[in-house]
Amino acid sequence: MSTTRPGTPLAVLAARRRRAATETRERTAISDADLRRPVVRFWMRLTEVLVGIGLVVAGAGPILWLAKAATSTTQDSLRDPFGLWPSGFQLQNLPDAWNRLQIGTAMVNTVWVALGSWVITLFVCVTGAYVLSVLRPRWGRLLSALVLSALFIPGVVSLVPLYLTVLDLPLLGASLQNTYWAVWLPAAANAFNVVIIKRFFDALPGELFEAARIDGAGPWRMLGSIVLPLSRPILGVVSLLTVVAAWKEFLWPLLVLTDPALQPVSVALPRLANTSEVSLLMAGLFIAVLIPVVLFLVFQKQFLRGVGMSSGIKG
Amino acid sequence: MTTTSTPARAAAPAPRAAEPRPAPVRRRRRPWFLRRENLSATVIALPMILVFLYFCWGPIVRGLVMSFQRTNFVTDPSWVGLENFTYVLSDPLLPTAVGNTLVYGLLCLVIGFPIPVVLAVAMSELRTRGGLYSALAYLPVVVPPVVSVLLWKVFYDPSPDGLFNTALGWVGVDPVGWLNSTDSALPSLVLEATWAGAGTNVIIFIAALTGVQSELYEAAELDGAGIWSRIWHITLPQIRSIVVVLVLLQIIGTAQVFTGPYLFTGGGPNNATMTVLLMIFNYAFVNGDYGAATALSLLLALVLAVFAGIYQLATRKVTRA
Repeated sequence: MSTTRPGTPLAVLAARRRRAATETRERTAISDADLRRPVVRFWMRLTEVLVGIGLVVAGAGPILWLAKAATSTTQDSLRDPFGLWPSGFQLQNLPDAWNRLQIGTAMVNTVWVALGSWVITLFVCVTGAYVLSVLRPRWGRLLSALVLSALFIPGVVSLVPLYLTVLDLPLLGASLQNTYWAVWLPAAANAFNVVIIKRFFDALPGELFEAARIDGAGPWRMLGSIVLPLSRPILGVVSLLTVVAAWKEFLWPLLVLTDPALQPVSVALPRLANTSEVSLLMAGLFIAVLIPVVLFLVFQKQFLRGVGMSSGIKG
Repeated sequence: MTTTSTPARAAAPAPRAAEPRPAPVRRRRRPWFLRRENLSATVIALPMILVFLYFCWGPIVRGLVMSFQRTNFVTDPSWVGLENFTYVLSDPLLPTAVGNTLVYGLLCLVIGFPIPVVLAVAMSELRTRGGLYSALAYLPVVVPPVVSVLLWKVFYDPSPDGLFNTALGWVGVDPVGWLNSTDSALPSLVLEATWAGAGTNVIIFIAALTGVQSELYEAAELDGAGIWSRIWHITLPQIRSIVVVLVLLQIIGTAQVFTGPYLFTGGGPNNATMTVLLMIFNYAFVNGDYGAATALSLLLALVLAVFAGIYQLATRKVTRA
């Protein structure tokens, strides 16, 4: 993927992308001249402090409290919520939740759900978008219209029929209930992903495909050697969106994964919530939140860019 | 995957090699999509077509059909005309659910929109720590909804020792019943949903604000406009069109809210948090009445579609500007 030599069209394009990404932003409503005035300075400082405190309390506060509760006794969390470990650290909560509440199994299941959704979504949406954008067969317009129309239909319409479809696949007669395919395949049928990938492919320069065709490249070769290497930004965004969505999903796995041994953590936790001790439940919640938060902190830029991009298409 | 790909890959370049004439040059737009390539396009598109047929388009059509049928798993489904719709519309719980959903959506708008706008404007004016602030604002969004609901359930502990009640005690406010009282249950759900969702809007608004042309500010400044009037007349109008879109998307989202009410209260106390989607869930997965569930889903979607249409007509002027 990274074998693009300088001077080739691929490298030029990549450089153009990079430049566009790092373009610095210009001034805002408050100018440099304003900033020299003491009154403005004072208010800016105050806003900064208030916004900072507000964001730390509201954004990080609950998660920090969860980290505390995960290592406290039940009594401490419930009777003295703002006390800092009155009875000392209870690190034993974490392994206890992992083993006794079987959060460990649920976490493995969640990873499995997310990875499968990711692979299948990428495969289905990339090949689909490639056909719609680059190969453009005659029936491509109809297919595009159908995909686009699915984007405008609220998800609630297909909830119940989708459930029945998964219970008994039409024509095939198989039931996907209590298999991960029941989560993976509906996740892949995501019109939004197809549309944003297609949009990205549409912006790739047509001369590249022209040149590849003259050199005798077939459709798979063009996909593998031209489209995919140039599409890393959009593939990254779609990957993040898919993995995060799979991680967050609750209602759908609740319906189709009724076997507790297969359930991901967001289905397992509510099931355990009523019967287990608060300290263990908090430890379980903390384990469940750890991976998404760490992923976010590592891939911050990609996450935030993904949000901007998804708003761009919706808007 | 590999079994379908191999013949397509082998077949595609072959005719080019056997045919050296520069015939396809004539058509400039799409010269190479002739027969064989059309075939490989079909093969490559097949996964998407199948997945969408089974899990997207199929269920939508099936939902339409099922709403006019009685479906049980003993006998074949039978056509019942509009019976499902009349049954759903005469359900005494429906007005409560619709009312709750409306109030929920409205509260989400009233609480959930001004905060991100103010935050985004403030954060884009502050020139330092933009990355840190954005990360903090977005952090709640990455918390899985189930985790945040179960966590907030502890925060909403109605006893005087509960986290929120303790904090209220500091400023001399009496303990609140939160999820246990019919008055405060729905607003409590809104509070948690706003916490969980506001980060997305903040990031989107910040992205929109970076697009404001600096010439506008310079011109305004030369004309003697102060900081507030610059924000009011230049900054905010710039994000007006994105606000219009986000409001619509949020209304469509809140109309289909499920996880919060289901996990926090299950629709209680005394149906104070019963929403339309919870009703659909109960019809289908508690009562096993799939016909009624699809009928209500369809009605909800129809209402949303009509609303979206009216909304877009009504806001056309705003988005054009």
